[in-house]
Amino acid sequence: MSTLPRLAACAAAVLLSLAAAAQTSIRISYLEEARAAANPLANIEPRPADLGRAGAELGLADNNTTGRFLQQRFELKRIDVPLGASGADMLARLDKQGAGLVVLNVSAAAIDRLLQQPAASRYLFFNTGAADDRLRQSQCRANLLHPLPGRAMQADALAQYLATRRWNKWFLVTGPRPEDKLYAAAIRRAAKRFGGRIVLDKSWNYGHDARRTAQGEVPVFTQGGDYDVLIVADESGDFGDYLSYRTWLPRPVAGTQGLTADGWHAAAEQWGAVQLQNRFRAHSGRSMQAVDYAAWAAVRSVGEAASRTGSGDAAKLAAYIRGPDFQLAGFKGRTLSYRPWNGELRQPMMVAQPRSLVSLSPQDGFLHPRTDLDTLGFDAPEVSCKGK
Amino acid sequence: MTTRPLHLLALPALLAASQLTLAANVYVSNEKDNTLSVIDSNSLKVVKTIAVGKRPRGLTLSKDGKSLYICASDDNTVQVLDLASGKISHNLPSGEDPEQFALAPDGKTLYIANENNNVVTMIDLASRRVAGQVDVGVEPEGMAVSPDGRWAVNTSETTNMVHWIDTRSRQLVDNTLVDQRPRYARFSPDGKLLWVSSEVGGTVSVIDVASRKRVQTIRFAITGIPKDRIQPVGIRLSRDGRYAFVPLGPANHVAVIDAKSYQPLKYLLVGRRVWHAEFSADEKQLWVTNGISNDVSLIDVTELKVIKSIPVGRYPWGVVVSGS
Repeated sequence: MSTLPRLAACAAAVLLSLAAAAQTSIRISYLEEARAAANPLANIEPRPADLGRAGAELGLADNNTTGRFLQQRFELKRIDVPLGASGADMLARLDKQGAGLVVLNVSAAAIDRLLQQPAASRYLFFNTGAADDRLRQSQCRANLLHPLPGRAMQADALAQYLATRRWNKWFLVTGPRPEDKLYAAAIRRAAKRFGGRIVLDKSWNYGHDARRTAQGEVPVFTQGGDYDVLIVADESGDFGDYLSYRTWLPRPVAGTQGLTADGWHAAAEQWGAVQLQNRFRAHSGRSMQAVDYAAWAAVRSVGEAASRTGSGDAAKLAAYIRGPDFQLAGFKGRTLSYRPWNGELRQPMMVAQPRSLVSLSPQDGFLHPRTDLDTLGFDAPEVSCKGK
Repeated sequence: MTTRPLHLLALPALLAASQLTLAANVYVSNEKDNTLSVIDSNSLKVVKTIAVGKRPRGLTLSKDGKSLYICASDDNTVQVLDLASGKISHNLPSGEDPEQFALAPDGKTLYIANENNNVVTMIDLASRRVAGQVDVGVEPEGMAVSPDGRWAVNTSETTNMVHWIDTRSRQLVDNTLVDQRPRYARFSPDGKLLWVSSEVGGTVSVIDVASRKRVQTIRFAITGIPKDRIQPVGIRLSRDGRYAFVPLGPANHVAVIDAKSYQPLKYLLVGRRVWHAEFSADEKQLWVTNGISNDVSLIDVTELKVIKSIPVGRYPWGVVVSGS
């Protein structure tokens, strides 16, 4: 019955409470909408179930390693909603968790439904799942950031590379789905910006299994004149993989298949990317994709803001992330930041073929008064929703 | 009369001998070739290529100058090269993915940044054993030990901090936040200041060691090169306290900084993606590695001019000059 143990216990309790008081907790919600079951023909690499989420989890681990030194603790709370969930339902789930910062891996339609709710203005959202250009050009919102590059950035990055090779005559092949038409629209815009000419323009409307019929049909389909490169718009992977090596003329294929441009690629290794790739592979057992990278960048943006401001207050963090001092190191050799006019992340784009990196855009020689990174995607004067 | 021809014969021999004593070997690690290139500092030619472990990056000479420590990153080891024989004498435990390291001034302990698992590993060189590990931030990279041996500092690239390790207690005692992606740390010769380069932030921070607070931030500007292409990596400070040399990565220039006023004085055009730098023993020459153009550039420190580039292996990374 000595008083010593009691004293020790008392001291320990004081220490514990001190530690608890000093620690700041920063919560991030991760909202994921179920996807429509897709059954693409090119199915050797099915869409991973944790696409995006694995990137956010890695970003969280990175934040917490850093946070240890600053007494900051990050939490990622996952919310799954069914396909087509209403804006009110999604908002209610977010309100229940009470995190002011939200990573969205949902469709553009779901973003519309959620952000139409007046109470959604209290949150800062990171779009990591929808590449739709309208969210970045005509319907952007002040509290919606886009770590995921839109279709315009993808098309511009590709077009700059084609321009450096002087492959200026393009054969555009557009698939039947609405998103294929959106991608084709981005390609048409990029052609105007970077001197491409669409000399052949066809729609792919074949309903049958391209695997069985491609050898017969593609050579016939791709006749009609000379061009430098065939650009395919097939976002769901229904037929684009079956064009290479079957065109009437021996020409390379680019676009959604063949030579692609996106925010990340499994073959990236420069600028310290090896470390990120290794960490990601150790975490999820697969290679990192563009959606994973966007989610990683979203969570790391919060972490970066927290270490720079020393704050866990969501409003303070949101202001810092959108402010002029924000910088994110993203393993691409350049500083990443959010464009104030539409919230899209300024970032180099990886121009790649399936198993190797071909180039990084912006290409040398494409100049911009602010930064050459702004030669990709929508520049301030092109955006019709400024100040929203 | 008989001594005269002897004198005539002896003079060139003496000259040759004096040149030999000045001659040094420059060792360059070729990250993609798994080799070291050895350059003769007199002839300025690669005289030997030595096969080493996978992905050699950081290099450091032993205190007695007889051995070279090599971070073989993808072999997860530090190799010890005997300079006299040109052969690897043994491997040291290093922890996972060693990239950079620093030797304590007494030559007894090696501090290694393990990039993949967020720790700094301390190796006792006499027993060739791990003496301890300290948890640091994400992607530990730069390592330096203060001239008095009191501090071992590590920079973590994704956490963006300088971590201060007390070498006596082997505990992490403080952290200093710096700009994005800190890559390299170097103490001033008097040990009062710590210089840290931030690759993506584009700055060099000068930190007061006593308070562990940043006192200066050096920024760079080169006409015709976008600001975010200026990415400082390695740092060398001259013993006389006059200059700092900072390779600027994809800006393909080495910045010469007045180490007293902290103002950049001059930018020297070198090869592509310039990484690290090392002085000759007399500090009249500076060698820098050009990671993408697969060569090293030699800078005349008195004239502040680039005098030669010498092709080496693929992705030259680290450089040391034996005898420096």
